[in-house]
Amino acid sequence: MNLQSTDFELFQLPVQFAQTRAVIDARWKELQREAHPDKFAAQGAAAQRLAMQWSVRINEAYQRLKDPLKRASYLCELHAAPINAENNTAMPPAFLIQQMEWREALEDASSLAQLEAIAAETSAAEQAQLAVIAHALDVQQDHIKAANDVRSLMFIQRFGTEVEARIDQLAS
Amino acid sequence: MALLQISEPGYTPDPHQRRIAVGIDLGTTHSLVASVRNGVAECLPDEQGRVILPSVVRYLSADKRQIGFEALAAQVEDPHNTIASVKRLMGRGLHDIADPSRLPYQLIDKPGMVGLQTAAGEKSPVEVSAEILATLRFRAEDTFDDEVFGAVITVPAYFDEAQRQATKDAAQLAGLNVLRLINEPTAAAIAYGLDNNSEGVFAVYDLGGGTFDISILRLTQGVFEVVATGGNSALGGDDYDRALANWALAKTAISPLENAADKAALLRTARAVKETLSTQSSVAFQLDLTDTRIDTIVTPADFADITSDLTAQTMTAVRKALRDAKLGKDEIQGVVLVGGSTRMPAIRAAVADFFGREPLTNLNPDEVVALGAAISANQLAGNHTGDDLLLLDVIPLSLGIETMGGLVERIVPRNQTIPTAMAQDFTTYQDGQTALALHVVQGERDLVADCRSLARFELRGIPPMAAGAARIRVTFTVDADGLLSVSAKEQGSGVVAQIDVKPSYGLSDDEIARMLQESFTTAQQDMQARALAEARVDADRMLLATQSALNADADLLEAEEKSNIDRLMAAVASARADADAATIEAANQALAKGTENFAAQRMNRGIQKALAGKNIAAV
Repeated sequence: MNLQSTDFELFQLPVQFAQTRAVIDARWKELQREAHPDKFAAQGAAAQRLAMQWSVRINEAYQRLKDPLKRASYLCELHAAPINAENNTAMPPAFLIQQMEWREALEDASSLAQLEAIAAETSAAEQAQLAVIAHALDVQQDHIKAANDVRSLMFIQRFGTEVEARIDQLAS
Repeated sequence: MALLQISEPGYTPDPHQRRIAVGIDLGTTHSLVASVRNGVAECLPDEQGRVILPSVVRYLSADKRQIGFEALAAQVEDPHNTIASVKRLMGRGLHDIADPSRLPYQLIDKPGMVGLQTAAGEKSPVEVSAEILATLRFRAEDTFDDEVFGAVITVPAYFDEAQRQATKDAAQLAGLNVLRLINEPTAAAIAYGLDNNSEGVFAVYDLGGGTFDISILRLTQGVFEVVATGGNSALGGDDYDRALANWALAKTAISPLENAADKAALLRTARAVKETLSTQSSVAFQLDLTDTRIDTIVTPADFADITSDLTAQTMTAVRKALRDAKLGKDEIQGVVLVGGSTRMPAIRAAVADFFGREPLTNLNPDEVVALGAAISANQLAGNHTGDDLLLLDVIPLSLGIETMGGLVERIVPRNQTIPTAMAQDFTTYQDGQTALALHVVQGERDLVADCRSLARFELRGIPPMAAGAARIRVTFTVDADGLLSVSAKEQGSGVVAQIDVKPSYGLSDDEIARMLQESFTTAQQDMQARALAEARVDADRMLLATQSALNADADLLEAEEKSNIDRLMAAVASARADADAATIEAANQALAKGTENFAAQRMNRGIQKALAGKNIAAV
């Protein structure tokens, strides 16, 4: 075990998409109990620096493992299928048409009820897409396909954030 | 006459076994110091038995000052030189202060942080705060008749980088070794959670004299995990006083006051009326001013009405924090009220109404923050407490850098668990560009102009390339105190630039050195003696830490490595006994260097231990 170990090695988890959030949370706290700089507050600068490196690394792994999208992206990367979201924006036409329809619906929406309906639809689409990704990663083991599915999920999530921002705006 | 102590046979008392560690709540209106004694955290009283120290400093002349109750009593008589609520000026420039004319002080516009003109000359808010901290440090040292080893100082969770750094500077100036800055709601949660043995998700609503914080925490087996935090670092009881004062002026048809003594007297009366309103159904607001008089009646309903905007602002922040935590209000197991301002019935009603449950108030809202800080300090100083507690805190505001068009690119989002390091790649804008100006900002808005500017630095020496070809990785590192450092590296050429985000708004090391020289420390003790004492404390600390590491894990070492460490320890011990400060420091450095590898091996063992018995099959 060292700072270069993968997130899964560090947290002693199977290298797969399906994970239990409670296990990740518990493992995170166990690791921080050992490595947090506070444990070394009275032990000089060298120990502090080392603890800081480990603690930062554990937090980094935790952020990536607990978030399904980040976890999926990371698995793709580990299997030599990086997401490259900036450079790879090719999407199937059907997906793009659906995105456009959503965006039109968002622009037309004026009431909180309409916005919440869109939010519910987005969140359902997100869950469905996560299931597709889980299947590609854990069953088909097709990481190229999974990377494409992750890119679609990023579009869906970004749209979801915009819907939430509109709801916040209207609520305040 | 004091009795002399004799130790038990076979037991050598080591004076460094138990180190004096204190928790300090450096508040807007008052401050407290607490420590763990015989396993229990308690606030330390002054000679008159008072635990509260009003956060007021009066400068009488170049070398004469009053701090606390004496200063508070002189507020009306000597408003220019009597500095109260200085916390609201920490890390703030003149342009940051809303309506500076309402303050009775002579403010000086200075880059970075505002200055104050007093009878003792120009003072920085950091120096004023240091006076308060030093008073509390002396109180603790008198109580224990021993040096304070270190302190945990609390700051509002919503304090930004500039305010945190200013607080740390003040502590340094007061001669305190800062073990940690911790957030006030987190400290309150520690005191509350340990006292009640609570588990679950809690909201801490902390309305102090000048700041408001809301934190959502998850408590599990001694781990205090901050899930989200929010607030306003310029909203507190002072604003309620001012709203009431303005209402009384308007009601009596008096134009805004010009005279500084009148202003101070009006605020003092408003505060007294506010406090009485918490227990009475109607209060007379009466005050003689220089050339007029206020005489009116206030009821709790009037007061709630006058201040409803302020209370509503706090509730908006509560809703936002819950949204950030992705939690519904029904998922909150308890709501803890902290800060003297939560004594106002209107606040209690608003909080109870929102959460649909009565808030918890069984700990003294004035003391709870200092008590939690003391518990944390005791543990950080290495005084074993039995119940291991761990704080996993977050940064309150997003950190980012300026990109083309005055836009902010966020690098560390708010509510990220600290310590953390996050990086992002940027590139050049023009062909042949060889330098990059980096502007570090903090805040949630998209435009640089709406965020707080933290630091500017440059990365130079980038080899000329086509626009967009360079790969510049900017890394933000936030330590456990919430303090930031930023580095930038061009990936191709390896050119590096780095900055601790401090000099542009905090105090430079030179300024600190000057203030130290001018301050009480020189008056009381010779600088050299102080340096020697500090080097010795460091030596003790290193020796103790190394010895306890050896006791636990010496089996990790090869014989040669072990004897090398023994030799370095002996060198520190002998330097400590009869050498000067520089020699002791050098021996300390050598020991620190010589144990780096050992520390790394111990860390690996610790990590392995955390995962012992857990493997893939167990999941």
